[in-house]
Amino acid sequence: MTIQSNSSLPAENTAELPHYVSDAEFDLRSVEKLTAEQEKIYFASQLTLMWWKFRQHRVAVWSGIFLLILYFSILVSEFISPWNYQTRHTKHIYVPPMGVHLFHEGEFIGPFVYGLKRKLNLETMQREYRVDAKKTYKLSFFCSGEKYNWMGLIAGDNHLVCAPKDAPFYLLGTDRLGRDMLSRIIQGARISLTIGLIGIAISFTLGIILGGMAGYFGGWVDMIVQRMIEVLQSIPTLPLWLTLSAIMPVSWSPILVYFGITVILGLLDWTGLARAVRSKLLSLREEDYVLAARLIGAKPARIIGRHLVPGFMSHLIASATITIPTMILGETALSFLGLGLREPITSWGVLLNEAQSINVVAIFPWLMLPVVPVILVIIAFNFLGDGLRDAADPYK
Amino acid sequence: MVPTLLLASIVIFTIIQLPPGDYVETYIGELIQNGESVDLERAQYLREEYGLDKPMIQRYLLWIGNFVTGDFGYSFEHQKPVSEVVGNSLFFTILLSFFTIILTWVIAFPIGIYSATHQYSWGDYGLTFVGLLGMATPNFLLALILLYVAKVNFGTSIGGLMDKEFIGEPMSWPKLLSIGEHLIIPTIVIGTSGTAAMIRRIRANLLDELQKQYVVTARAKGVPPFKALIKYPLRMSLNFFVADIGSLLPAIISGAEIVSIVLSLPTTGPLLISALQSQDMYLAGSFLMFVATLTVIGVLISDIALGFLDPRIRLSGGVDR
Repeated sequence: MTIQSNSSLPAENTAELPHYVSDAEFDLRSVEKLTAEQEKIYFASQLTLMWWKFRQHRVAVWSGIFLLILYFSILVSEFISPWNYQTRHTKHIYVPPMGVHLFHEGEFIGPFVYGLKRKLNLETMQREYRVDAKKTYKLSFFCSGEKYNWMGLIAGDNHLVCAPKDAPFYLLGTDRLGRDMLSRIIQGARISLTIGLIGIAISFTLGIILGGMAGYFGGWVDMIVQRMIEVLQSIPTLPLWLTLSAIMPVSWSPILVYFGITVILGLLDWTGLARAVRSKLLSLREEDYVLAARLIGAKPARIIGRHLVPGFMSHLIASATITIPTMILGETALSFLGLGLREPITSWGVLLNEAQSINVVAIFPWLMLPVVPVILVIIAFNFLGDGLRDAADPYK
Repeated sequence: MVPTLLLASIVIFTIIQLPPGDYVETYIGELIQNGESVDLERAQYLREEYGLDKPMIQRYLLWIGNFVTGDFGYSFEHQKPVSEVVGNSLFFTILLSFFTIILTWVIAFPIGIYSATHQYSWGDYGLTFVGLLGMATPNFLLALILLYVAKVNFGTSIGGLMDKEFIGEPMSWPKLLSIGEHLIIPTIVIGTSGTAAMIRRIRANLLDELQKQYVVTARAKGVPPFKALIKYPLRMSLNFFVADIGSLLPAIISGAEIVSIVLSLPTTGPLLISALQSQDMYLAGSFLMFVATLTVIGVLISDIALGFLDPRIRLSGGVDR
């Protein structure tokens, strides 16, 4: 047998081994001991693990940063927009996007814009603008420009960039009333970005409460909630939005209409979430820790809210991130049908509402520019949601 | 199923009635706009004629009773029975939806599978991005732009169902060709919006399957990679797809309202929207009810199909306590 020769076991029929006691200190956990590297991973909190997993999805991280910047910008919309978004520059109607120049006749004079000459083409009845290279308007930074009311509360006139009065400083052109598109897009972000958040808050609350009740109690509660979900899902969304927003009285102020629409978007969106919560709870409620909580005497609301929902909160947040874009798109669709927000509230949907004729596409294509932030935000939210979903279950 | 439909009918009826005013009011408003004089007696007569003066519950019972027996009511706006109004546009709607769905599948499947097998690669990001681009662009704008591009570059007018000279003509090859030409852009526009969602779901479901142990086992024992992907993981990840087939049924006859409005397509979408706006209540109500019925049937079908496909799925669900 060759095994014996290799093995460290004492061969048979040899002399007794000497008695040996190691004098090293006995460490009970010597086997379980982890290297520093392992320790870092094994003892990381769930949040840390999720963050590590999330970091792997590069695009999601960048999308998150992009969205953070955008959401921060709605705090300072008035400051970063070059003009007041409602000012009508009557001399500059339908001006195409204008570039900023640095050199004038070979001489550096810092960022400036050229003047414009307007001519009415009597054959096509269109305003035609030509760059007037003689006039230059120098731009200034961190300056006092047009007056505004910050969030309608605090008066101010500080801008990041401003041009002298009457200077045609329109980076993205102007619309049919001569309003600066860039300023309007920046202002529109405030409404368009928040509409999804408020809507999702409503649908989240409804979804967790109703779905939680259905999943936890089962029986007739489940029955009722299930029927509600089925009914809501069996009716096409767009007609529902349409009729519900037609209910809102015309006399409502724009801000009320805004809240009305967020509520409508939220009220019709909770069904998917409620289903997810319900199916999760159906399996989770059989866990031992739920039984323990019940035996201690915790009330159902506490068990659902404190013990069950946090267990899959990350999944919920991830799915919510993916729902926000549908709300933003929903608002543009409603605005397209003329049932969404109304002037003077400015959202991207309202702006796009002006870009819905073939005329615009052919002659004033820059009016379609608000679609760029819409697309970017929706894509960013989707990538962020993807990353969050991948990270939601870090133990996988 | 029946209680759901009953509830749905109540909800639909109530919602349609919620906006202030009724069809007669809209109608009279139109007449006044056209400079015609209307006396109150005529309005009263119209209301009685259409049964709008009865209390709501009575109207509801009348409507749902007729609906069950196959009488969908009378459209005020078109002065025709609802079944006739909807029936005229149904064929084209189904045709369009059919092409759209095929296009969505043809694009989404290969991309979804590629994205899942090459997670976090440039190809994954790039293809997902392209798919998302289609989803993120508001449909009406995409339709407008394509309309313009087609007009300028190819000289084809693509609004409507066919070129003007074919309207009312008997079916012929040139007419069929014209219809085909007009179908291209709506198919692309409607298809792009659905593709992204499809790609993501295929990717997510397939990823879930690919992480399971049986896949590792299959790889370890040397099953060829392609077979190890197609044979079981792909098949399992298709559960969601089957679950979706149910929701296709209603989408086939009602989808894509806004695109149809922009491209002035004679589908059921714009019909429904205009019916809702002018409060043509029987047309809107019966049509919505029809869609709701199809949804419920669709869910039933996909539940049954799922049961066949994957015996582990129990329909009764839930644990009794």
